[in-house]
Amino acid sequence: MNSKVTDRIATSIFYLIAATIVTVLVGLLGYIIFHGFSKLNLEFLTSPSSSFRAGGGIGNQLFNSFYILFLTMVFTVPLGLGGGIYMAEYARPGRLTNAIRTCIEVLASLPSIVIGMFGLLMFVNLTGWGYSILGGALALTVFNLPVMVRVCEDALRTVQRDQKEASLALGITHWHTIKTVLLPAAFPSILTGAILASGRVFGEAAALLFTAGLTTPTLDFSNWNPFDSTSPLNVFRPAETLAVHIWAVNTQGLIPDVREVADGSSAVLIISVLIFNLLARWIGSAVHKKITASK
Amino acid sequence: MDNKTMTASQRLLKKSNKSLLQMELRGKSIVLISALIIITATISITIFLGTKGLQAFFNNGVSLYEFLTSTNWNPTNAESPAYGAVPFIVGSFAVTFLSALIAAPLGIGGAIFMTEIAPSWGKKILQPVIELLVGIPSVVYGFIGLSVLVPFLRDSVGGQGFSLLAGMIVLSIMILPTVTSIATDAMSSLPKGLRESSYAIGATRWQTIWRVLIPAAMPTLLTAVVLGMARAFGEALAVQMVIGNVRTLPSAITDPSATLTTIITLNMGHTTFGSVENNVLWSLALILLAMSFIFIILIRYLSSRRQF
Amino acid sequence: MKIVMEQKKDSKPLTKQSNIEKENKPVALNIKKLNIYYGDNHAVKDVSFSIEKNAVTALIGPSGCGKSTFLRSINRMNDLIPGARSTGGIIYEDVNLIGDDINVVALRKEIGMVFQKPNPFPKSIYNNITHALKFNGIRSKKKLDVIVEESLRKAALWDEVKDRLHESALSLSGGQQQRLCIARTLAMKPSILLLDEPASALDPISNAKIEDLIMELKKEYTIIIVTHNMHQASRISDKTAFFLNGVLVEFDQTDKIFTNPSKKDTEDYITGRFG
Repeated sequence: MNSKVTDRIATSIFYLIAATIVTVLVGLLGYIIFHGFSKLNLEFLTSPSSSFRAGGGIGNQLFNSFYILFLTMVFTVPLGLGGGIYMAEYARPGRLTNAIRTCIEVLASLPSIVIGMFGLLMFVNLTGWGYSILGGALALTVFNLPVMVRVCEDALRTVQRDQKEASLALGITHWHTIKTVLLPAAFPSILTGAILASGRVFGEAAALLFTAGLTTPTLDFSNWNPFDSTSPLNVFRPAETLAVHIWAVNTQGLIPDVREVADGSSAVLIISVLIFNLLARWIGSAVHKKITASK
Repeated sequence: MDNKTMTASQRLLKKSNKSLLQMELRGKSIVLISALIIITATISITIFLGTKGLQAFFNNGVSLYEFLTSTNWNPTNAESPAYGAVPFIVGSFAVTFLSALIAAPLGIGGAIFMTEIAPSWGKKILQPVIELLVGIPSVVYGFIGLSVLVPFLRDSVGGQGFSLLAGMIVLSIMILPTVTSIATDAMSSLPKGLRESSYAIGATRWQTIWRVLIPAAMPTLLTAVVLGMARAFGEALAVQMVIGNVRTLPSAITDPSATLTTIITLNMGHTTFGSVENNVLWSLALILLAMSFIFIILIRYLSSRRQF
Repeated sequence: MKIVMEQKKDSKPLTKQSNIEKENKPVALNIKKLNIYYGDNHAVKDVSFSIEKNAVTALIGPSGCGKSTFLRSINRMNDLIPGARSTGGIIYEDVNLIGDDINVVALRKEIGMVFQKPNPFPKSIYNNITHALKFNGIRSKKKLDVIVEESLRKAALWDEVKDRLHESALSLSGGQQQRLCIARTLAMKPSILLLDEPASALDPISNAKIEDLIMELKKEYTIIIVTHNMHQASRISDKTAFFLNGVLVEFDQTDKIFTNPSKKDTEDYITGRFG
């Protein structure tokens, strides 16, 4: 076969592949949003779910998802920053650094179901908490930590070397240089990375099945005392998140309107993840502009 | 500044100016502690899952040989419980390899499209598409698989629809963005001269891609595929929702099947902690853990062979 | 020569100008058999000479000859490079600056450095100067204001920026940014200034301003400058050291180096035959 003809055939195959990928995404997004959008109303979003009757909402699940996400980020951001700073600024080539790098790699490649099982062992059985929000958030911390460490390390490494030199040459300690020069410069990328990581945490289900559980007790949204058992803020209560809910209604199939609830929940999940994505880009570039602008 | 009345040795030696050094040390300790927590977490995960996963063999007397070679899984049978994990091991490897078989050409093709064929609008459209696909939670893939793919397969291929085939399709879409984005990095980090010298001797674009660029980027392209496979191997819920979850070995791609992760997902919740039925699930998890170590070793090997 | 006695402002009590001062001119740094290595690379080889106080010493030589490495070892910026180590001595008053017992943070306050590329912080002009002052515990607004004005005046930048102190430093021109970096260093009240090709990234007019500034500053500070520009070295320096392949080939009065060098290599370099 003529090489020109082969070249043309190959090119069209590549176009076909690209078109396939785009079609798959448009199909997926279109399907979910088309099917789910009609179910989205205030009542569905705010009312509690029903375990066997039709017409339940996802209010509690939505709250649980955001609450667990919040706690997870409260744990991961400082740890991720610490780890990232260590790797970018203090780690000298050697055994300890290699060990940490390997550990980050191992954590990052652990299947989330395995993290969930570790969570079951540690935060459910060993601590005696049972299924709890705190246990779920801690399991997701393990899940999210390697991502945050990488985000912070990469962000710090891309800060221009001359900024660091400028600060050190003025007789400022390394630690103070990190705090006042490097971290502010790395902040936009860290923020973007953290929001993207939040999207990933928000959609995670497997790590939560055996840590935060598949149920939510009746919640009294007027009770904001975090130590009370009916308070939504109580971290020691079980909590089904939105992603877990989608799985649970589909596999347990106890409610008659599985499709409606799952359609609506998926749409909410996808839209939230989209918002996280857009927010990350927008905030990242806005903060970047503000910092570098010649005011 | 009364500083200047001191001698240089009073001003500049460490022993005479401790407070700054202490601040520095405190900062370093804080970040070092974070780093040590990462190590501790990893080691404790390995140890906990290791001991828990071996309990079935050491405490409950389950035969390791049976576990790894028998196809009979029936831990709840009171008279003669059977602990053969082969159907799930085979299921896991089958969906992983089959999904990689679809995702690898599509992902690498997409990467080549973005870097070589139509860089300008390929990047503008395909790149955000890939990034959005990465963000879609796996339960959503599972749900669409369950509500669209399974009925479709039932009508067109026959059978229940829940099958190895459904699992493989869902997983291949799930790992596609992983493969594509790393493959894109691999292609775009190739030196420019490589292309130019190939075009200069009169090669067509396809010849350049096939004979020069792909071989040069091969180690990283393989890394992309292996990372995708690692993700597929460990995925639980999306697969569980479409694969059918039977305990028998599938004989065809359209048969329902089960994987290590799906059997854990299904049974972890309703077996008693510490019982034999429960402990063998931890043994299955140990296989998952071991596989993720193997994937890491593979990736390290590949990245050591990277040329560009 | 003329300047030695006017230097009371520098205010180092005579008592501590210790026994290293055997020549008639006060010595700021006494370099003794200094060797610097980057891993296996022997970057500076057995260098010995003394740097005079309140004079401009120029370090010249082709790229990679070790002059910047030497400069960066004086305030220990080389510590940032993994695998860098040194032997010998850089004697400053009564301490050896390359010793492990040196508190590099205190050292860098006393021996300031300005880099080739202007590197102001992405903060306001005012905060660029106060950044390090605040770190050193100066909080009073009044005190800070005084130091900011004083440093900007010394760096010949005050008149240009006094009305826009709170604008971003990045809005300044390259030459202004570089003078801001000098001002920021002067605010720390150093005794020695290390300048690493401070004007090479600037246009000729900014370059000339920096040179004028250096001539002004040497009344108060000891200045060591690395430069690729032969004319610059001959215009502003009192002494010149010529480095080649890590070796100090020749060190002498600048006039002598540029009119009648004693080594063939020096002559080849300054007449542009290599480098």
